[in-house]
Amino acid sequence: MAQMTIAEALRQGLREEMTRDARVYCIGEDIGIPGGWGGAFTVTLGLEKEFRERIIDTPISEAGLFGVALGSAIMGMRPVADVQYSDFIFCAMDQVVNQIATMRYMSGCKLTVPITMRAPVGATGRGAQHAHNIESMFLGIPGIKIVCPATAYDAKGLLKAAIRDDNPVLMIEHKLLYGSKGARTESGAVDASSDIPDEDYTVPIGKGIIRREGRDVTLIGTLLMMHRAVQAAEVLASEGISAEVIDPRSLSPFDWPLVEASVRKTGCAVVVEEGPRTGGVGAEIAASLTERCADALLSPVARVAAPDIPVPFSPPMENFYIPDVARIAAAARSVIVRQRMSVSA
Amino acid sequence: MMSNSMEFHLSLYRKMVMIRQFEERVKYLFLEGIMPGTIHQYQGQEAIAVGVCEHLADEDVITSTHRPHGHAIAKGLSVESMMHELFGKSTGCCAGKGGSMHIGDMAHGMAPAIAIVGGGAPIATGMALAFTMRKQPQVAVAFMGDGAVNEGAVHEAMNMGAIWSLPIVYVVENNRYSASTPIAQTTKVANLADRAAAYGMPGVTVDGNDVLAVYEAAGEAIHRARTGGGPTMLEALTYRITGHSRRDPCLYQPEEERKAALTQEPIVRFTEFLLSQGHTQQALDGVRDEVNAEIERAVQSAMAAPDPAPEEALVGLFV
Repeated sequence: MAQMTIAEALRQGLREEMTRDARVYCIGEDIGIPGGWGGAFTVTLGLEKEFRERIIDTPISEAGLFGVALGSAIMGMRPVADVQYSDFIFCAMDQVVNQIATMRYMSGCKLTVPITMRAPVGATGRGAQHAHNIESMFLGIPGIKIVCPATAYDAKGLLKAAIRDDNPVLMIEHKLLYGSKGARTESGAVDASSDIPDEDYTVPIGKGIIRREGRDVTLIGTLLMMHRAVQAAEVLASEGISAEVIDPRSLSPFDWPLVEASVRKTGCAVVVEEGPRTGGVGAEIAASLTERCADALLSPVARVAAPDIPVPFSPPMENFYIPDVARIAAAARSVIVRQRMSVSA
Repeated sequence: MMSNSMEFHLSLYRKMVMIRQFEERVKYLFLEGIMPGTIHQYQGQEAIAVGVCEHLADEDVITSTHRPHGHAIAKGLSVESMMHELFGKSTGCCAGKGGSMHIGDMAHGMAPAIAIVGGGAPIATGMALAFTMRKQPQVAVAFMGDGAVNEGAVHEAMNMGAIWSLPIVYVVENNRYSASTPIAQTTKVANLADRAAAYGMPGVTVDGNDVLAVYEAAGEAIHRARTGGGPTMLEALTYRITGHSRRDPCLYQPEEERKAALTQEPIVRFTEFLLSQGHTQQALDGVRDEVNAEIERAVQSAMAAPDPAPEEALVGLFV
């Protein structure tokens, strides 16, 4: 057992999977340059010394590298392809959406496409083009699984599950949760480190987890928003409100049994996401909750999300953009008021 | 390789005629409304697929385009499994889930065809990377049209193929039109193969209507790829003597140009060559009859096959 950051846990996970399976390799930009950073957030730092031929640095060619990953995957390799910032995956959208997501299906479901794609998200003082939360953009693309680890334990376990999965898996990581050190330290970072077991483990894709049990309201959030939701639950507890916090961990497939059971218990839900409100993950979860458990909902599902604007640079504006503890708590109070009115009526 | 024998020449002829007759039959079925979907056809470019794929085994791989039928036949897919696919039957090579523009079968080394222009080049490059990482002797071929060379993905792919010295050949079939737009309007360089220099790889332009010239040039490029010499950009000059798709009457192709092209198309030229080499017209007609019979059996078999249950659509997205 050892305490690790997400960056350290991912690095250990990659090392173990590459050791276990010679078909696993990493491909990306600046991931294994001696004297470099091990990717933008130090995840692959030093791995090139151990796996010289399986840490493949590419030119700045995102469409090229995701296509290369796909071509190698249908030949039986198991690539882990990453972009430095999730915003850059848009340069590879044809390969990801038209090719990676459809290749197995178009082949008559004969081919397997075992690709893990890693993409760091989140607004972190870099302006609009190193800040997107891409979750909602990929949620509507059949053929890609999506996982969103909020802790080091889950990051390693989900990474290993993704690498061993025979399907494309998009692993969304948050810049403020990596715990990157040295010159790559992030200002405003949140501690997401965990005790990592010595033995091999995976976290199953499609299984969420209850981060805090409660009776009155269900808060649903991933990545940084999971941490904010837990903080909001603490604030609410001081007011006598018992909030349950669910971290779905995977967005696709989604752990509906877990979320539905919680909402049936509490009767109301707040979905929190860092990205824009319109067409967001929260919209999908809220709509599905009304389809699945309208009979149990005592209040409309509330969404806490960013406004529908590009991510602004100026720190006061950026802080205004990102959902914070106060907004999450306020949304929880509002659904509970409605819930109680509904019960008393 | 028996590259000068009469038997070898006849086998090339048979494959080219198989592609031509397959496309003509499909065109008829489509225009009559018997076959569903849309089609992009290969008439006039047969010498390229046949001349290149003659050097490839099932273990060698190709990526194709929205115009894939010729590549598929040249790579060894059965016309029966293809015809079933074009009719949307679950007995087709992609179980009816691919269709014309995504036809393929990895059992014969053909990935599902890529209908996004240029999109196959990075994928073929990745297939070649897999061969290199595993120290396997196979090669990859990325087929693309002249329109694809102006796609960013092709630039990225060819650069990667070159810096990693991968076993791949980028075959550009220059039929002079990107859909309806003539090449002079899209591309400044005289020869597309000139662009190879920008990646530090050899660029070769060949007469793509001469199957033996294609065979020879592709042989050199594929040998180079197989023996560690890295990629080649092989430009094959040709002409599309059918529409871009569907019922395209090709009004943008000048009539004189089109007439001239019909006298220079690969099967006309190879037929003249074969007759000059002592083959008889009777023998060539015999090949054509055999091919037609095989295609007709495929059509009848495909039309007789049951339609898939609609809900089969929901099966198999993930492993």
